[in-house]
Amino acid sequence: MGGYFSDIFYGGKSLLVGLSITFREFFKPTVTVQYPYQTLKMSKRFRGHIELLGDDEGKTKCVVCGMCERACPSGCITLGSVSVDIEVDGKIKKKKVLSKYDLDFTRCSLCGQCVENCNFGAIDFSKEYNLASTRKEDFHFNLLERLKRMERLEVKNA
Amino acid sequence: MSLTLLNVIVAVVIAIAFAAVNAAYLVWAERRGAARIQRRPGPNINGPFGLLQPPADGIKLMTKQLMIPGGADKILFMVAPVLAMVPAIMSFVTIPFSEGIVARNMDIGVLMIFAFASMGAMAILFAGWGSRNKYAVMASVRAVSQSVSYEIPMLITAITVIMVNGSMDLKAISLNQAGGFWHWNIFPSLQSPLMPISFIIFFICSLAETNRAPFDLGEAESELVAGFHTEYGSMGFGLFFMGEYANIVIGACLTTILFLGGWGCPFGLFPGVWWFLLKIYLLIATFIWIRWTFPRTTIYGLLNLSWKILIPISLFNLLLTAGLLKVF
Repeated sequence: MGGYFSDIFYGGKSLLVGLSITFREFFKPTVTVQYPYQTLKMSKRFRGHIELLGDDEGKTKCVVCGMCERACPSGCITLGSVSVDIEVDGKIKKKKVLSKYDLDFTRCSLCGQCVENCNFGAIDFSKEYNLASTRKEDFHFNLLERLKRMERLEVKNA
Repeated sequence: MSLTLLNVIVAVVIAIAFAAVNAAYLVWAERRGAARIQRRPGPNINGPFGLLQPPADGIKLMTKQLMIPGGADKILFMVAPVLAMVPAIMSFVTIPFSEGIVARNMDIGVLMIFAFASMGAMAILFAGWGSRNKYAVMASVRAVSQSVSYEIPMLITAITVIMVNGSMDLKAISLNQAGGFWHWNIFPSLQSPLMPISFIIFFICSLAETNRAPFDLGEAESELVAGFHTEYGSMGFGLFFMGEYANIVIGACLTTILFLGGWGCPFGLFPGVWWFLLKIYLLIATFIWIRWTFPRTTIYGLLNLSWKILIPISLFNLLLTAGLLKVF
C-alpha cells in the first residue's frame, strides 16, 4: 500500500497543473502570421538576389565600371553599355551609360562579392523571397527593367 | 400504432440530425480549441471563423471512392462503420433533454445506454479484424481490452448513483435532483459522501470509453498508422468519426443526467433544455481541453489505472453507499 494514495494525489495534482497551463494559453493571443495574407518584414541583413539602387531622380547610380561582373565567381552578371554625348561646361563629352544589367539567378550563390566590390553603392540585396517557378528562364532577371518598375511602383504608392 | 411508428421515425431522424450536426461542428470546435491552446488560429479561411469547414470536409469525404482492401473480410469491413454509428444514434432515443423532450422514456434507460455503448467495442473489433491489416488488429485488440476494463468502474459508479436515486429511469434520476445544485448527485450527501470521487471516476471512464486522448490507444497515430480505421477512407472513415463524436455527446449527456442534475438550473430557476445543453457543451469543452493537454498513456498505464485505482475505489464507494443507505 506504500505510496498508493500519495501517488494518486500527486498524479492528480500534476494533471491539474497541466490543465491550468493549457487553460491560460487558451486565452493568450495567437502568434501565427497568416502567410499569404500577411508577411513578415525581412531583416536588414537578409540576402535576396541583387537589385540596382536608384538615386533621387530614380536613375541608376551605376557607372558601368564592370567590377561586379568581374568579381562574380559564378559569372551571373552581364553588363551592357552605350556611350552617349552629354554637355558638361559647354563642352561635349562622351559618357558610358548602363543599357543592360542581367542577372542569372540560377547560378548565383548569394556570396555578395558584387555588392562588396561596387564603389558607387549602385547595387544591394533585395528583400525578395517569393521566388518559385517551373521555368528556369524566370530566374534570368533584367535588373534595369526591375529598377524602372520599382520606381513606377513608388510613384504610384506616394 | 401508426402514430407510434411516426413518432419513432421522427425521433430517429432528429437523433441522426442532432448527432451529425454535433459531429461536424465538434470537429470544428475541437480544431479551433486545439489551435487556441497551441496559440494558432485554427481553421479560419472558409466562412466566418471557419464555420464552413465542416460542410467542406463532409463533401470531400462523400465524394471519395469507397475502397475495400484485397483480402479483407468484406461483410465485416462494411458492417463495422455502421455498427459504430448505430448504437450512438440509438442511445439518443432515451436521453431526456428536458421534461418534455424525450423520444421514448424507458424505466431501464441507464441499462439500455450501457448495453448500446458496449457495442462500440464490437465495431472497433470488426473494423480491425475485417481490414486484414496488422496495425488495425493490434489497435482493435488494445481498444477492446480498454473498453472492457473501463466499463467495469463506469458501471459500478452508475450502480452507486442508481442505488441512491432508486431508479434506472433517466428522467426520474433528473427529477430527483431538481431544485438547486445542492440536490445534484455530485454533491456529497449523508448516504454517499464520496459522490465527487464517483463523478471523477465516471468522467475518466467516459473519456476512456469514447477512445479519446489521453486514452486513444485504439487510434495511436504515432505507432499504429491510424489504428483500427487505417484501411478506411471516404464515408466509412466519416462514419467512424461521427460515431466517436456522437459517443462523446452521449457520454456528456449521461454524466449530466447522472451527476449534474439533468436539465435543472443550479439555482432552481427556469429549468429547461437550455441548461441541459449548456451543461453538456461545458463537459464537451472539458473533453477537448483534456485531449489537447495530456499526451497518450501507455497500454499498461491505462490498464493499471483502471484495475488498480478506479475499480477498487469505485467498489469501495459502492459498498460504503450500500451500507449507509441501510443506516440512514
